[in-house]
Amino acid sequence: MTNIPPPPMPGTKPILDPKSVVKDRSMEFQKELIGSYYDRLARSPETGEKTVATFVPGNLAELIQCFGLVPILPEINALQSGMRKQSGHYITEAERMGHSEDVCTYVKCDIGMFHEGNVGPTGAVLPTPDHLLLSYTGCFTFMKWFELLREEYGCPSTMLQVPYQARGEITPEMKAYVVKQLKTEVIPALEKLSGVKFDIDLLREKLTLSARAEDDLVAVLEAAKARPSPIDAYFGGVYYIGPIFTAFRGTQEGCDYYRVLREEVEERVRQRRGPTTPEGEMTDERFRLVVEGPPNWTNFREFWKMFYDEGAVVVASTYTKVGGLYDRGFRHDPSDPLGSLAEYCLGCYTNLSLPKRVELISDYVEEYGADGFLINSVKSCASFSAGQLLILREVEKRTGRAGGFIESDLVDPRYFSGANIKNRIESYLQMVEQKRAAGATA
Amino acid sequence: MTRTTAELMAFAEDLYYDLDFKSVKRWKVKTGGHAIGFMPVYAPREIVHAAGAMPVGIVGAGDWLEVIRGDAYYQSYLCHIPRSTIDMAESGRLDFLEGMLFPSTCDVIRNLSGMWQIVKPDMYTRYVDVPQNFTDGVGGQFWAHELRTLAQELGERTGTEVTDERLRASIALFNENRRAVCDLYSLRRDEPARAPTSEVYLMVRAGLVMDVEDHTALIREYITAARNITPPELDNARVIVVGAFCEQPPIGLIKSIERSGCFVVDDDLILISRWFTDNAAETGDPIEALALAFVHDSVPTAVMYSAKAGRGKAVVERVRVARAEGVIFAAPSFCTPALLDQPMLVAELDREGIPYTAFKFAENAGQFQPIREQTGTFADTMKLWSVA
Ligand code: SF4
Ligand code: SF4
Repeated sequence: MTNIPPPPMPGTKPILDPKSVVKDRSMEFQKELIGSYYDRLARSPETGEKTVATFVPGNLAELIQCFGLVPILPEINALQSGMRKQSGHYITEAERMGHSEDVCTYVKCDIGMFHEGNVGPTGAVLPTPDHLLLSYTGCFTFMKWFELLREEYGCPSTMLQVPYQARGEITPEMKAYVVKQLKTEVIPALEKLSGVKFDIDLLREKLTLSARAEDDLVAVLEAAKARPSPIDAYFGGVYYIGPIFTAFRGTQEGCDYYRVLREEVEERVRQRRGPTTPEGEMTDERFRLVVEGPPNWTNFREFWKMFYDEGAVVVASTYTKVGGLYDRGFRHDPSDPLGSLAEYCLGCYTNLSLPKRVELISDYVEEYGADGFLINSVKSCASFSAGQLLILREVEKRTGRAGGFIESDLVDPRYFSGANIKNRIESYLQMVEQKRAAGATA
Repeated sequence: MTRTTAELMAFAEDLYYDLDFKSVKRWKVKTGGHAIGFMPVYAPREIVHAAGAMPVGIVGAGDWLEVIRGDAYYQSYLCHIPRSTIDMAESGRLDFLEGMLFPSTCDVIRNLSGMWQIVKPDMYTRYVDVPQNFTDGVGGQFWAHELRTLAQELGERTGTEVTDERLRASIALFNENRRAVCDLYSLRRDEPARAPTSEVYLMVRAGLVMDVEDHTALIREYITAARNITPPELDNARVIVVGAFCEQPPIGLIKSIERSGCFVVDDDLILISRWFTDNAAETGDPIEALALAFVHDSVPTAVMYSAKAGRGKAVVERVRVARAEGVIFAAPSFCTPALLDQPMLVAELDREGIPYTAFKFAENAGQFQPIREQTGTFADTMKLWSVA
């Protein structure tokens, strides 16, 4: 049982306060961090730092840092290209080269970007990776993506197979298998690449920092249980997870960022302030929603606006768990360094069974006092999308709350139909409203 | 009395079109055995067999089931096999199964394993997480543990313990079956007019719903019968068909490719029938034998990781062994493994100057004319090149 006060009467005040369009300290900090990362990456050919490409789910950030390597994150590059309106062009280029229209657009965006000069989000040319570290968790496409990149770049690759939690649990054998691969495949490959000997105590230090940042991130995400929610846990959430899902888990800067962010968010809770949006602070929280599925990046602002214009705030999302389910208790553990890396890889959201996903979303709806939940089903991603219609029905059944379903894509602008999505969101919110009214009078 | 190829085909065709799985139900009544379904691409059938069950291949419903319920489960941008499979489950067609195995073929089948747990809560459901690490003590050991757990669970389910002795016997039977299928593939490769793919396919596919020994006998009988016919004289182009390892093309599509002037001399259809390139050991620890056969001798295919660059080399080798003149890529629409694999194979074919053509299909596609025209033009072009 959660103790959440009833919602205020909706529609009595303006939804946004446009005067409050100011950047929080954490936003600047985040921008600096990401900028510094891309600078370091772009300069690596001069500095001689070696690079290793890897994926966000199951990324071994701390381990990579132990060898002084710089990670390249193709998913992040793709979503950045989407936000900069470059992805459509890159995807067309990849399709022109023979890549199918039916496959994940992240892959095509990445390959198209490489063929178009590999210019990163800061405008600097990014290096090609020296090694591909295939953290194979939660997505089949990852495997083919890196096989394709290996053909392009001619660099070696290392596979880390992470078993799937088909029955909703991590068995000792699954963990042992991942640890064994870390010892026999991943660590030797990174030692060879970097020329640095593995130092388990250094890894412990980094994991200590990871856990600290994870505590703060969880506090930020759980602050959305307050009314009004001080954050948007989806559209804002994707910014909050940026540093910890990428290069800054296990670093002091990462810890500092999450401390600043936490303090800001806690202050917002004390002041009973709503979340920051691109057009000012939300002053009237009318709908509290849980969202399942990745966002659309090509029209990210437009998409977000469809929510905040209606006073809809996302209080919990599954997408912000693809790089780890910290809010369910997992922490990197310096006392079991390789074991906890294994558990981390095994525990990412996309590695959960479908019944576990249903359970998690239903729990979020209850714990965060949501009025309903919405699924953004992206064409690219079978890992997320296959089964979402069943998830919709099951969560509705369990929570009694209204479920909505919209379709778009991650970075392919051809699959973002703004008018259509807006219509659907509006009708969905009307349905939520009706359900809520019916519930209030019942 | 030996049957003719036409009679054998009639038998196999009955099995192909039978979405009520009557042959399996009859077998269950006759033997008192169980039936465990499995989806493409690979499942350890030997273990199922040793547990006293028939491994039953569930490869979709082709173009002769009108899928209604299945579409309520899947968005338009996902392939067709999961929707026809769940449709069959929802309509009770798969209720004769005591269990269902979902191999780690792709995210669609992976997620279907979880959907099954919700839709069919009383059925034994197991995800079969095959190794992508091919070192004996790493991926091999993980896989051996998976196989042991599966053997134990199935034994508990069926009441027939998977003893070493039983499993060794099953391994021997499936080795024998694989040899028979490979002999049939060799016959087709050497004399494709004698054993056309539209027949070979149905013969091999029959093994998904038959007792393994009966199926081996069927294949042998077909080989004998095919050797006795006078094959038509055809000047077809020799092609291999790549990409249809999971969702299956309707038989009409296979016939269309042949009628357009192609001999299909190698393919990915019902790949499990030829999964190991060598026999699994019939002595020693049988679980180890299966695990090692998997990590050492699995066929290279899109769903298996290749630890080294040059993914396309395997397809070039297949072209060479099959003495093919070209490659037809036939992938199911929205099939992530096949479609992401294809550019790597194409690149290698380009390097080697091997011609290819590509199309996508769905198991329920009814229109074959455009494909027939495409493969016909492809065949003609290859013939022209070979004359020039
Ligand atoms: S299929 Fe989904 S999880 Fe996989 S790379 Fe694409 S977007 Fe990411
Ligand atoms: S056809 Fe392809 S995408 Fe669909 S289930 Fe089979 S392997 Fe997966």
